[in-house]
Amino acid sequence: MPFPCPDLYSIAGAWAWFRAVSLAYFLRRVVMLVPLVLTISFLAFCLVRVAPGGPFDKERAPASPDIERNLKAKYHLDEPLWQQYLRFVGIGFEKRDGEWRAFEGGLVRGDFGPSLKYRNHSVNDIIAQGLPVSLSLGMLSFCFALGIGIPLGVWTAIRRGRWQDHVGSFVSILAVCIPAFVLGPVLIVLLGIRWPLFPVGLWGGPWHVILPAITLGTYFAGKVSRLAREGMSQALQSDFITTARAKGVSERSIILRHALREGLLPVVTYSGPLLADLLVGSFVVENLFQIPGIGVFLVSSSINRDYTMVVGLVILYSVMLLTLNLMVDVVYGLLDKRVKYA
Amino acid sequence: MPEAVHQPGQAFGQVIELGESPNRSAWLRFRSNRPAVVATVFLLGLIVLALAWPLISSQGDVHSEAQFAAPSGGHWFGTDVHGRDLFGRVMAGTRISLMVGFVGALVSLVIGVLWGATAGFLGRWDNLLMRTVDVLYSLPSIIFVIVIITTLEEILQRWLQSTLGGDGGETARMLLLFAGLGAVSWLTMARIVRGQVLALRERQFVEAARSLGLGTGTILRRHILPNVFGVVIVYLTLTLPAVILYESFLSYLGLGIHPPRASLGSLIAEGAAQINPIRVYWWIIVYPAGCLAALLMALNFLGDGLRDVFDPKADNEH
Repeated sequence: MPFPCPDLYSIAGAWAWFRAVSLAYFLRRVVMLVPLVLTISFLAFCLVRVAPGGPFDKERAPASPDIERNLKAKYHLDEPLWQQYLRFVGIGFEKRDGEWRAFEGGLVRGDFGPSLKYRNHSVNDIIAQGLPVSLSLGMLSFCFALGIGIPLGVWTAIRRGRWQDHVGSFVSILAVCIPAFVLGPVLIVLLGIRWPLFPVGLWGGPWHVILPAITLGTYFAGKVSRLAREGMSQALQSDFITTARAKGVSERSIILRHALREGLLPVVTYSGPLLADLLVGSFVVENLFQIPGIGVFLVSSSINRDYTMVVGLVILYSVMLLTLNLMVDVVYGLLDKRVKYA
Repeated sequence: MPEAVHQPGQAFGQVIELGESPNRSAWLRFRSNRPAVVATVFLLGLIVLALAWPLISSQGDVHSEAQFAAPSGGHWFGTDVHGRDLFGRVMAGTRISLMVGFVGALVSLVIGVLWGATAGFLGRWDNLLMRTVDVLYSLPSIIFVIVIITTLEEILQRWLQSTLGGDGGETARMLLLFAGLGAVSWLTMARIVRGQVLALRERQFVEAARSLGLGTGTILRRHILPNVFGVVIVYLTLTLPAVILYESFLSYLGLGIHPPRASLGSLIAEGAAQINPIRVYWWIIVYPAGCLAALLMALNFLGDGLRDVFDPKADNEH
């Protein structure tokens, strides 16, 4: 590669590397997101529509045929399916007030439409209310997972084969085997009810955050620590570490400056799927601790056939994950210069 | 520990002296991994107990008056909300969880091996197939599974009713569960198989086979796939706990196994539903949860042990 080795620890150097090596690649990937999201939205749209039943089946008072027809007309559910999809995306025209006008709202304008179950709210409203809660829960658990997992993994790798390694590895395997829906009830019973140290539900002050974050994060802390251990023990056996040792670099500096950067690559790779799993795991934790996030809505709206809500949430999750994975790839490239993007 | 066997000196010399076959030395390496052996024994015991419990138990799945009885000599794990013996329920749940895990892992095995082998062996398709895997990796697959299960269940149920007769509800749910769980967990398998096939394709014995005039299908079947076998077994063992975990997760959300049937996930959900600040029935959470954790742990230890034995990457480390 003719490109001179940049100083990746400075922002300018990192930017220079990024521009030279991979800007075109990442731009192409960003552009690729558009057809991908459209495909996903189309699939999700078709999937919820072919399901039997409709959003107005479970109304409190059984709706008379007239009411149901009016409701369907109001939400344009009486139109042919392709027209509904175009309306959902927001590309096309309709006859309104005697004139042909472009659709209002729609995906292209960032509008998911009204919720069919909570009819006073738009899907955007519900997401805007729940998403900050879900995101802060996810970020806290992410920090917990990395904050516990990386030190544990690095430590067991340094002490490989000794008792500290065995104890640490056992703890991390144990953590991988207690998912949120196992740990959560146990923590509630022990720390919430038996010894009431923490509130057992709802969302508010910092005390409410601790149990859910631990519940959600423990499993991932275990997973991160196993990855970190594997990566670090491989890094510590590689030639450049032997060279550094031979040059008399202190053990502390070998670990912190040389081995960590290579050894944590598996953790970086995993952090994309990790965030995905955190979002999914939040379904259980939000349900368990009565947290007003958006996780609870996916299952319920999908059972209630709340068409717009399901499609909106699927798109939201997909966009979030695709973006996060893209960011993970950028970070990976910054850490490992051997990666070449085609 | 495999490290011990590979230390220069007595252990390594011994292997040469005895002239071990690869299979036998693999077995020796596995046997020296104590956690893996303990896990295997535990798993076998649990499987036998779970399968045989309906035959040896005298209590059966009957409702009794003893609601929420604490663990005792009569009911080792206590009783649940309907007064059923919790030990029997946990065994039934283990049975279903294991069954779903095995079938889901097999589905992922079939898809993953076919996909990976095709991508690795037929260069033309490689790019397309692996890009698809990349895209699927970056999508929230479990969310699709949730949507698919909730939407397609009734359709499948109606179809089963009209073709097979009877109430197809349970079959429909099971089929969807297998398909969904298999569908979310084949990606890693496909990547690993592809990597192995790519490496094997360049080996001399494949070249020899090709120069002898063997067709692509024969080479794949006779030379490539048997060599991929070891790694596939390892990752199958590691997929199993992942599938069981997913199944329990879905059952916990009420999308998996339906009562009166039980899986470990739905038992935990039943226990969690009984949490209240007045009386704590700890046993209806702790025992199913403990059983699930122990099962997953044993499978993880077994998978790690097998990986040390089979995975060439682990070999090169020493």
